[in-house]
Amino acid sequence: MKRVFVNEKWCLGCHLCEYNCAFANSGKSDMVDALKGVKINPRIVIEEKNDVCFAVSCRHCEVPLCVKGCITGALTKEDGVITIDSDRCVGCYTCILSCPYGAVMPSGDGVVQKCELCVKNSWGHPACVTGCPNAAIVFEER
Amino acid sequence: MEYVIIGNSAAAVGCIEGIRKTDTDGRITVVSSEPFHTYSRPLISYLLCGKTTEQKMKYRPDCFYENNGIDLMTGVTAKEIDAKKKRVALDNGKKLSYDKLLIATGSSPFVPPIEGLDSVEKSFTFMSLADAKALDAVLTADASVLIMGAGLIGLKCAEGIADKVGHITVVDLADKILPSILDADGAAIVQSHIEKSGVEFILSDSVQTFSPRSATLKSGKVIDFDILVVAVGVRPNTALAAGAGAEVGRGIVTDTHCRTTLNDVYAAGDCAQSFDVVTGENRVLALLPNAYMQGECAEINMAGGDELYDYAIAMNAIGFFGLHIITAGSYDGEARVKREEGAYKKLVTKDGCLAGYILVGDVARAGIYTSLIRDRVPLDTIDFELVSENPQLMAFSRVQRDKMLGGVAR
Repeated sequence: MKRVFVNEKWCLGCHLCEYNCAFANSGKSDMVDALKGVKINPRIVIEEKNDVCFAVSCRHCEVPLCVKGCITGALTKEDGVITIDSDRCVGCYTCILSCPYGAVMPSGDGVVQKCELCVKNSWGHPACVTGCPNAAIVFEER
Repeated sequence: MEYVIIGNSAAAVGCIEGIRKTDTDGRITVVSSEPFHTYSRPLISYLLCGKTTEQKMKYRPDCFYENNGIDLMTGVTAKEIDAKKKRVALDNGKKLSYDKLLIATGSSPFVPPIEGLDSVEKSFTFMSLADAKALDAVLTADASVLIMGAGLIGLKCAEGIADKVGHITVVDLADKILPSILDADGAAIVQSHIEKSGVEFILSDSVQTFSPRSATLKSGKVIDFDILVVAVGVRPNTALAAGAGAEVGRGIVTDTHCRTTLNDVYAAGDCAQSFDVVTGENRVLALLPNAYMQGECAEINMAGGDELYDYAIAMNAIGFFGLHIITAGSYDGEARVKREEGAYKKLVTKDGCLAGYILVGDVARAGIYTSLIRDRVPLDTIDFELVSENPQLMAFSRVQRDKMLGGVAR
């Protein structure tokens, strides 16, 4: 299956992936409307230090420790994509304890959020990849 | 192939999902004492405070048993295992034959023998959905509740009922709250946070005798109460396995394939011991993720696969009144501590690896620390100073990162 992969050497550290992620998951159709004056809480996060930068988001692991450890059954993996049912999540953070990549984070309203490859929003295709200006994030089979 | 699973919680579900990965035809029978669809035990406190419902706390969807082709027997208890004849006798008089058996009987609340405890009318434990419902039924806005035990169960219970009762007092023999997961400094921060919600703690003390509505403590203090919750600990349910001749320590002894010492009998979850990779000990790690993964591993092996469960560690994610705590591993080693307003962090290293950590308040990306412990990552291969500040992948070498972010993650 296709996954998001990060090519660190091409990352410019422009943070566009973070903004596109926040926009794609905002439920709004206009980017300005969605993001103006908003402190974004994206599901992909750039790490940067000196001249090194790269994006981190869910790896949709073959052995998903977040799914196996989820105490409610809110995290599930179907067709290779790990998604969260925010209605069942109680915000216990066992997934934050479990994820080796630090790719599951609080959503801000008492539950957790994570990259779902944009399968549940209107984009249907990872917005971080679509908006990356330098092919530092790609969506492909490997 | 005939599979029988005794138990219907996380280990049993892990087991069912494990079997169905490789064996879609084998017959699976689940025997459950409780009369419910599989539900998440840790959610009973969330149920009481209205953060979940009985429907939402189902651990798997309504169609789970049907989709996996499970014969589910609820309200039935396994009484005896005949490991030679490979049969399980049930309390309804029936007998089930098995080719492979999983014992996932969980644990039970320990109720200490205290003088006068029998005379307390409204006395509860807090482990099952039935316990939670029974407790909920007697809660009133002016009730005084005494909780024995300042551990995970006792304090989750306190949080769950805090808005429904008049006053809560928690008594524990230990000198700090949450002694199984926190050190003294971390516990002090969490305690003062919980106290802000009106919960009163009496530590380093214990109940000597009960009368119907009051408790006399060792210190001489007398506490009046309307409702008592006993949450001093749990004991693995090992009697069934022991009766069949399996080796039992504190829990049922299992190897890294989750096999018991009996042929074709496996055990998983709170009733079983597993190998803790940090301490090197075989011990009961009564944690839901551990139960699921043990159950899954057992079943893969029951179905003829070869899977090892050799990455168990102690770990906990829990929160009280909005304050989050994540801990893992062992605190035996060299500690580095960081305190900030409302936040506490302790990293413990031993033998060149991260052995354990405590995070209170700021728990972001804690799993990066967990993986350092679980994978026994030599700290001289990463930038430990950097990762000590905040969990981050920047601390790994570019080669390691390329594998993590550019490869297919296992």
